[in-house]
Amino acid sequence: MTDFLDCDIAETRELLKKKELTSVELTTFYLDRIKEHDVELASYLRTTEELAMQMAQEADRRIAMGEDQPLLGVPLGIKDILCTKGVETTCASQILKGFVPPYDATVIGRLKGSGFVHLGRLNMDEFAMGSSTENSSFQVTKNPWDTTRIPGGSSGGSAAAVAAGLCSAALGTDTGGSIRQPAGLCSVVGMKPTYGRVSRYGLIAFASSLDQIGPVTRNVRDCATILRVICGHDPLDSTSIPEPVPDYLASLGREIQGMRIGLPKEYFIEGMDRDVKESVEQSVKILERNGAAIVPVSLPHSEYAVAVYYIICTAEASSNLARYDGVKYGMRVGGKDIIQMYKKTRSAGFGSEVKRRIILGTYVLSSGYYDAYYRKAGQVRTLIRQDFDKAFERCDLIVTPVSPTTAFKIGERTEDPLTMYLSDILTIPVNLAGLPAISVPCGFDATGLPIGMQIIGKPLDESTILQAAFVVEQEIGLNKIPERFRSRGYQS
Amino acid sequence: MKITKEVVEYVAHLSRLEFSPDEADMYTAQLDRILAYMDTLNKLDTTGIEPTTHAIPLVDVMRADETAGGLAVEESVGNAPERIDSFFKVPPIIEAE
Repeated sequence: MTDFLDCDIAETRELLKKKELTSVELTTFYLDRIKEHDVELASYLRTTEELAMQMAQEADRRIAMGEDQPLLGVPLGIKDILCTKGVETTCASQILKGFVPPYDATVIGRLKGSGFVHLGRLNMDEFAMGSSTENSSFQVTKNPWDTTRIPGGSSGGSAAAVAAGLCSAALGTDTGGSIRQPAGLCSVVGMKPTYGRVSRYGLIAFASSLDQIGPVTRNVRDCATILRVICGHDPLDSTSIPEPVPDYLASLGREIQGMRIGLPKEYFIEGMDRDVKESVEQSVKILERNGAAIVPVSLPHSEYAVAVYYIICTAEASSNLARYDGVKYGMRVGGKDIIQMYKKTRSAGFGSEVKRRIILGTYVLSSGYYDAYYRKAGQVRTLIRQDFDKAFERCDLIVTPVSPTTAFKIGERTEDPLTMYLSDILTIPVNLAGLPAISVPCGFDATGLPIGMQIIGKPLDESTILQAAFVVEQEIGLNKIPERFRSRGYQS
Repeated sequence: MKITKEVVEYVAHLSRLEFSPDEADMYTAQLDRILAYMDTLNKLDTTGIEPTTHAIPLVDVMRADETAGGLAVEESVGNAPERIDSFFKVPPIIEAE
């Protein structure tokens, strides 16, 4: 008897290969679960049932022909920010409602090549701007561990769906923590690869120097499986790194004897939940017991990261979002002349956080303020990068909490943008430095809310991150789906 | 005050957005607080430090200048809210005399 919810992707693939299960059955299983549970969770904006069944049938044909691919027949959810040919892609924004891309993002093309099944589009903060998924123009996603709380964001739909077992795994995107923070708050694994490791072609741009696509999965092995498929050079993205992709699965199960783990004192901050701090410290002890050496390191410019980030990301966003003008795609609100049409369209089509960031970004780039804000932020970004360079002279990985607190209540921080921005204080520096990092479940607080541990690596060293994350996961073993979402577990 | 309502309204115009008076007040108050927070950067002396624009330095990417297939016209303009044949249709740009 096998419960699919306890199978990782490799085990699921074995069942498919041995013909003990078909992709159509598995896809139906997840579509049924979505129907049953997603009314409450609201993690999916839309399912693509017809497409999913077509892709599942195609996968079953390919399996019958003896084809073997890491994701052949495996149903995934996709954050609604990745252009997918023929599938409505909205970025959870009114302004893109009805937009049907005529092409596939490179990652979608890679998943298709590997034979995945497209279950549906996952909710997010509008244009990935937010830390709670409350900025979606369409719906508020709930945290499966406590449905009065946020799942984190911006990839909150991805994390909630994976946590509740509403897909085998999902893709998210991470600009300042948007994969790692929701993964941490929902007790799933989320990785932001090195900037340039995964092609951004077809990823709807928010902040181009920071955005990166990555997997959201139930365990570290699945993270490695998906990473192997989506990483690699792409001539269509000029920031794509032309380096070979290692076999990430090979690093799982390797000993970490002698590995040096850096603990930055600046990341165990005042105001952090005590349970979060203790849980991460316990996990560090696990690494130590397995032979790792713990090294104190310092990242002295961390306190400036949030300010730097909100200058750089808003500046880039104000430029990237200029394209939504009611001419080429998306919604239009008419006006007597073109300027009025632009203004009416953009004012009606964007939500309030997106407008706030466009205004802020335009302001910091405007004449007279550019040097004081944008140039200054770029300089401090250099200092933050140099901090990491220096720290990595003394260690192989850096370990920190993902978020200073566990999941907060829906509505708790919506009135106060600055407090919301500070939720990402521990994940943002990683994006500024372009480094890879994972969020791996490491415990629960006294009220039963998940806690994530962040493991940061050197550029292109995703393998070592996965190796250490796997050690923690094996000892803690938290890859569980909340009991209430286990009902009607189909068994083969 | 770091920012005034007049500046917010001017920047909104530059960004092709328009706000009601209440919205303009709200954004002014919020941006004022955010910009004050950003002033923490001024505690740092950054003289002589080169700004980072991309975290992973890459040289310019060159490729051969060869033609390749692209999207068909119908696919390219298929999402336009208004169009005439293969052209995007927009309201008047230059006022008639």
